[in-house]
Amino acid sequence: MNQLRRLILKGGAGGGALACALAAGLLRPSAAFAAEWNKPAFEAKAVADALKHIAAAGATESAEILIKAPDIAENGAVVPIEVTSRIADAESIALMVEKNPFPLLAYVDLANGAEAYLNTRCKMGQTSVVKVVVKAGGKHYIASREIKVTIGGCGG
Amino acid sequence: MAELMKIRTKLVDGSAHIVVLIIHPMETGQRKDPRSGQAYPAHFIQSVTASINDKPVLVAQWGPAISKNPLLGFRVKGAKAGDSLVIAWEDNKGEKARATATIA
Repeated sequence: MNQLRRLILKGGAGGGALACALAAGLLRPSAAFAAEWNKPAFEAKAVADALKHIAAAGATESAEILIKAPDIAENGAVVPIEVTSRIADAESIALMVEKNPFPLLAYVDLANGAEAYLNTRCKMGQTSVVKVVVKAGGKHYIASREIKVTIGGCGG
Repeated sequence: MAELMKIRTKLVDGSAHIVVLIIHPMETGQRKDPRSGQAYPAHFIQSVTASINDKPVLVAQWGPAISKNPLLGFRVKGAKAGDSLVIAWEDNKGEKARATATIA
């Protein structure tokens, strides 16, 4: 697979428009169901902007979203976060860390029986509020929780 | 290129609990080389898709703030033992990998 990719990339660099088109087609077989990477949302520097870009501005606060995470994370480079939502018909889950340079961490679409549950590990630059946005039944719900970080995991 | 992926599945009360560990540097583009002062170029996974029996169950878009060697845990209701699971990811440099597993 990699060799093929290299060949195609070489072809593309050579300037053939056909090769470029071919590469685009071959390199994105998942595009049929994978949404394009939401660049503006991931590059938004404030939570409000990120919320706007994922069309979740004005989300309602909800106590039905549970965020399981340590109260104090010793290492900001690896902060385990587990999200469970009890709201029926969840369609997507978005994770945000308010004080990171780019707050949006992840945007996950669920389908075909996937439960409203997500477990991941993220980087946090400093003590911050973590926000979780769940889209369910066409509506957005939001929950937050503060995690204290003793050593940041973003800079160097 | 790291193509290592570890997949663990467990059936609990009619739902499959799946944990995927991907080996990837997840470079944010903000970390600087202390000697040259140059930032290491960003290199992170942008999309991860999981499908069971060729049907997508989870499509994740990730930013660079997901930890190095990312972990992804999710649950799928109605999945049965023997169902085939495919995990595929692609990063911002166009590198990609794919792994398959059987739900047990």
